[in-house]
Amino acid sequence: MTTSTERVGTRPAVSGGAARGAERRSPLGWVKRGGFANFIFILPLLLIFGIFSWWPIIDSVIISVQHTNFVAAPTFVGWNNFVFVLHDPLFLTAVKNTGYFALLALIFGYPLPLVLAVLMSEVKRAKGLFSVLAYIPVVVPPVVSVLLWKVGFYDASATGVFNSILGWVGIPPQPWIQDPASAMPSLVLEATWAAAGGTIIIYLAALTNVAPELYDAAEVDGAGIWKKIWHVTLPQLRGILLITFILQIIGTAQVFLEPFLFTAGGPVNSTTTVLLLIYQYAFQSSDGGSNYGAATALSLMLAGFLAILSWVYFRVTRNWSQN
Amino acid sequence: MTTLNDPLEDRFVVQAPEVGKARRRRRGGVENEEVGRDRGIVSSSDWKRPRIRFSLTTAHAILLVLLVIFGLLPILWLVKSALTPTQDTLTAPIAVFPHGIDWNNLVAAVGPNVQIGIYFLNTVWVAMGNWAVQIVVATTGGFALSVLKPKYGRVVSGMVLATLFVPAVVLLVPLYLTILHPLVIGSSMLNTFWAVWLPSGASAFNVLLVMRFFDSLPREIFEAAETDGAGPFRLFWSIILPMSRPVIGVVTVFAIINAWKDFLWPLLVLPNVAVQPLSVRLPQIAGQTDLGVLIAALAISTVIPILLFLAFQKTFLSGGGFGGAVKG
Repeated sequence: MTTSTERVGTRPAVSGGAARGAERRSPLGWVKRGGFANFIFILPLLLIFGIFSWWPIIDSVIISVQHTNFVAAPTFVGWNNFVFVLHDPLFLTAVKNTGYFALLALIFGYPLPLVLAVLMSEVKRAKGLFSVLAYIPVVVPPVVSVLLWKVGFYDASATGVFNSILGWVGIPPQPWIQDPASAMPSLVLEATWAAAGGTIIIYLAALTNVAPELYDAAEVDGAGIWKKIWHVTLPQLRGILLITFILQIIGTAQVFLEPFLFTAGGPVNSTTTVLLLIYQYAFQSSDGGSNYGAATALSLMLAGFLAILSWVYFRVTRNWSQN
Repeated sequence: MTTLNDPLEDRFVVQAPEVGKARRRRRGGVENEEVGRDRGIVSSSDWKRPRIRFSLTTAHAILLVLLVIFGLLPILWLVKSALTPTQDTLTAPIAVFPHGIDWNNLVAAVGPNVQIGIYFLNTVWVAMGNWAVQIVVATTGGFALSVLKPKYGRVVSGMVLATLFVPAVVLLVPLYLTILHPLVIGSSMLNTFWAVWLPSGASAFNVLLVMRFFDSLPREIFEAAETDGAGPFRLFWSIILPMSRPVIGVVTVFAIINAWKDFLWPLLVLPNVAVQPLSVRLPQIAGQTDLGVLIAALAISTVIPILLFLAFQKTFLSGGGFGGAVKG
């Protein structure tokens, strides 16, 4: 409120005499010019964002350097929370697992939507049906998906859905999420199924924006279908491909639902991710207390890492596109 | 929504540059409409060559089969298993109704032990409150920032935009502590729906979406209303809101679907079983219920999102390109 009137006041009078200027500076003038109505309209946004977004973001920095347990008043502990996290043997496990999840998700899930979208964009009849089918898994609530895969598809007995299908072609039953080696790939498989449709839709939209003249021109130069894909389609999609790549990494670095519901981090911590560790620090501490400081410190470390990664990524890829 | 693990914000970033492109393309495509409109990578003369035609049609048929297998079959299996005796699902999960249809799973899911109806209604309640808070914050805030434009508006817009770049995980603990000790309200909101409703309003995505829509409305209308003596409240209520149906529709659809999807946040702030939505309750049911009943509960939980999707396909698949999760 005050800032706005001050700012108006400090400006040199654009028009009108001294009387007008005085009215501008006074609260009454502010109300008359609609300043009050403006403020009423923006108030819900200021309150909601202030309490539930801006303040918690600032608070996260404060909590990360405090010891908070609600029994005693918070005390300043400096870098202790960060040191605690870095010395936790689970920290390295969680980072490795999260990196492994992100890597597998890129291998399974990054090229697949692109291939499907390029194929789908050439469909002449019932194009909408293809998109609807691809998108259904995205609208299924994630908790339902995970439980469906957990109790139905990933049933490790010989009569589980996937194991039955494998049995048709003579492959023995797989342990899926019950074995440390196959647990993480199983999680990624479900996550890819659940998310691919969304990325396909993004690519389809980008594909319709490729100017047809470019294909015409490529044909004049004698390009076949594969050459057109390589020399026209992919370069035209480069911008969106670069963005989905980094966004997928940012998303997978924060994976929580799959490891939490499928395996709760097991077997033997083979699926404990960074977010799962944050959750455990804050809400599932083994000593019964809640280590909010450590949880927030790890959150900030993850956010900082992602920010630096994105910055470097955009620096590097910008140089690529200049060449 | 600010709630955690929601990639909507990212989608906005993905989509924003596409709008301009689409416009340019439409304008450029006018001259050669009949030739250029529908063409993609494969030209119409390519389509006439039998070998290409055959391999493309085959590829598309295979693609359709694969999409049915991955998109539709899991849902059909869910429905089938909900209507199959548990013993059949355990011993022959692939067989289609080997011993006929059994409604008992559905009856048991609604019945006194599982009481899925309570959690269904809780979810509806969460969705309605989220929707109301999101609509109020986004429309009034968008109106102030995009139409009224106070001096401090640019700072506020910038701060709203900035929240898009903060990963949701940073908010987890501080937001939880805010719910325990809210700044203005005072008493703990734990186990009240307010703990889910109010934070859902802090959605930068909604505000920016509404602002972009208001920016696209013709300025002359606002000026005409002002000349006719309408104040900001009248302008908002009688002119802007009725014109905003499309964007309100988009916010509504996503408010509902996200209420069904949200898990971690309601799990944290609604520990009391009586107020939990489906997403929080289902994993607990999973541990203590017969498989067939659980699957029936899962099927019931999926009905609304699927119906919503089928009814508003355009909103999901094209409307502003809310694409999908980029996760995984």
